[in-house]
Amino acid sequence: MQYQSQAVAKPYFIAAIGLFVGQILFGLIMGLQYVIGDFLFPEIPFNVARMVHTNLLIVWILFGFMGAAYYLVPEESECELYSPKLALLMFWVFLIAGALTILGYLLVPYATLAEMTGNSLLPTMGREFLEQPTITKIGIVIVALAFLFNLGMTMLKGRKTVITLVLFIGLVGLAVFFLFSFFNPDNLVRDKLYWWFVVHLWVEGVWELILGAILAFVLIKTTGVDREVIEKWLYVIIALALITGIIGTGHHFFWIGLPGYWQWWGSIFSALEPLPFFMMTVFAFNMVNQRRRNHPNQAAVLWALGTSVMAFLGAGVWGFMHTLAPVNYYTHGTQITAAHGHMAFYGAYAMIVLTIISYAMPMLRGRKAANSGKSQILEMWSFWLMTVSMVFITLFLTAAGVLQVYTQRYTDNPQPFMAVQERLELFYWMREAAGVVFLIGLIIYIISFFAGSNEPEQA
Amino acid sequence: MSKTFTKSMARNIFYGGSLFFMLLFAALVFDSESSLPDTDNRQAITEEVALGKLVWEQNNCIGCHSLLGEGAYFAPELGNVYTRFGNSTEAIKAFIASRPKEGIPGRRSMPQFNLSEKDLNAVAEFLKYSSGIKNSNWPPNIQG
Ligand code: HEC
Ligand code: HEM
Ligand code: HEM
Ligand SMILES: [Fe+2]
Repeated sequence: MQYQSQAVAKPYFIAAIGLFVGQILFGLIMGLQYVIGDFLFPEIPFNVARMVHTNLLIVWILFGFMGAAYYLVPEESECELYSPKLALLMFWVFLIAGALTILGYLLVPYATLAEMTGNSLLPTMGREFLEQPTITKIGIVIVALAFLFNLGMTMLKGRKTVITLVLFIGLVGLAVFFLFSFFNPDNLVRDKLYWWFVVHLWVEGVWELILGAILAFVLIKTTGVDREVIEKWLYVIIALALITGIIGTGHHFFWIGLPGYWQWWGSIFSALEPLPFFMMTVFAFNMVNQRRRNHPNQAAVLWALGTSVMAFLGAGVWGFMHTLAPVNYYTHGTQITAAHGHMAFYGAYAMIVLTIISYAMPMLRGRKAANSGKSQILEMWSFWLMTVSMVFITLFLTAAGVLQVYTQRYTDNPQPFMAVQERLELFYWMREAAGVVFLIGLIIYIISFFAGSNEPEQA
Repeated sequence: MSKTFTKSMARNIFYGGSLFFMLLFAALVFDSESSLPDTDNRQAITEEVALGKLVWEQNNCIGCHSLLGEGAYFAPELGNVYTRFGNSTEAIKAFIASRPKEGIPGRRSMPQFNLSEKDLNAVAEFLKYSSGIKNSNWPPNIQG
């Protein structure tokens, strides 16, 4: 670690991993409810488990992004963080606000939570991914502003690099687009239109900048390739991301009451969205092949390469599969969507956070560059277990989705939703089994932090 | 990447391209807004429907159901439930009101929300309004 203040990243990373575990446990609960319909009913209804699962996901990814920024901005800017105290304060504010929100979901009926937090004054709750009480949303904005201020001041006093600039633009975009979560008109079509400004313009817009910047940072550090080369790649990737992804938002505008021309705009531009993800894969493998040194942290390199491949598969390939309007007409809102959502979120955003944690954590814990060989071997095991089981989760959900489309939609004799779901039971059981393997992988991941921690560093 | 393609060219494409497509997107959204009155069934948005949307949101119905294909995939699509239930808000109300408190053994269950008569009417009216949105004939058939 080159700067003292980078240490504030550590609690952020630890919190991220802790919340990740919670996310997976609730995923497994829902996976069981898919086949044993009344499991934990009425104590934890499916919708509650789902809110906990998806909100924990978003929160731990945000913790990961913030930790990444606090770690890499001082190092890139070659100066201490403007205010480590503010960073630590915001850590606790965010953690406590998050924990209270999750407890609220679990302990009281959602309608009561809405009433307790005065939702009717400024109704923003009850929309997918944006279920947080309005007051939590305001808290998120405050934390984001303090965070951006802290980073901005650090960047101003230090060296300016392309990586910090791109990261910062991405994070500002994240905060700006979140503001649309406060806009919730009575008109359902307009509500949906602007809801996508948060969801799509995050994952297929500004988050790709954050992803690219973190990946570029880790590749510079682990391969020693010339910064000029890496920065050029980064610009090309993020240019493609926004050029395709902004109009690509139209792939969500096909069936929600917006003009028909979106079927053209959305299909054409979103069909190009896999390009930046493909470039990212080529970029990562090229840089590692041209490496000027062999970094002792081989686990971090594996995570970085894995991110680039899995993001391309999950977002690029599985996204393309259902993005053309004539296909999406049949697949819209089925298990195909769930399959894609899982692999894309894991492959791009979960894995990039695990990449930066893998790279930074040894230094944050007082090592020179890497963990012991034993610890790295366990970490690599966890990489393969989680990644391969996520591939299987995706495949099983895709199979379920194809059958669902056939029996419920693409047929002369459409079956009712609930009847179709019963016929898919086998695939849901297999998804659950793969989910258990995922959890085992995650447990091994956590063990890897403790195993071999008093053994010497891998050289 | 080739040497003739420089970093500053890449940077300019990023800024120029992003700005251009952001403006184009804004223009398209602006144009969509102006043609929405033809499709979004806004004449049906009464105070009751607005309340119905709030009831929908404050009970997190989207956490199990999809509406116009968006949401969760655990329970039936509700954008067209009004037509599936024979164009009857009464049938929708009866269904919601009759959910057993302890669920249905072994079956995916919907909670008993104990909605007031007013809220129940409102959410049914909201679902009726949703089914009137012109959305390019999605879903493909009545089963959603
Ligand atoms: C915990 C999950 C869950 C929540 C939350 C939920 N539902 Fe349901 N809902 C279901 C399930 C499961 C079914 C299918 C029940 C069956 O067929 O036995 C269903 C069925 C329905 C149906 C009948 C659909 C059909 O085609 O048969 C309507 C209407 C409905 N729900 C309305 C609502 C409304 C309105 C809300 C919010 C106030 C809501 N639901 C919240 C799970 C849920
Ligand atoms: C890392 C990037 C991405 C992530 C994290 C991601 C995630 C998601 C998620 C979670 C959904 C479900 C949204 C909902 O609940 O309604 C979704 C929907 C969708 N995504 Fe992606 N996505 C990514 C990239 C892409 C790309 C590149 C494409 C196209 C090539 C794409 C195409 C789609 C389409 C068409 C839908 C709508 C599915 C439907 O109609 O039900 N996605 N995505
Ligand atoms: C490992 C076991 C997991 C299981 C069993 C599981 C299960 C589920 C289930 C049942 C849903 C709800 C689907 C529905 O609405 O009907 C869901 C939603 C979701 N999960 Fe998971 N999940 C797991 C892991 C993950 C991981 C690792 C990620 C990402 C890193 C993730 C991201 C998501 C997202 C983004 C959604 C919303 C999808 C959408 O709206 O299309 N899940 N999950
Ligand atoms: Fe999208």
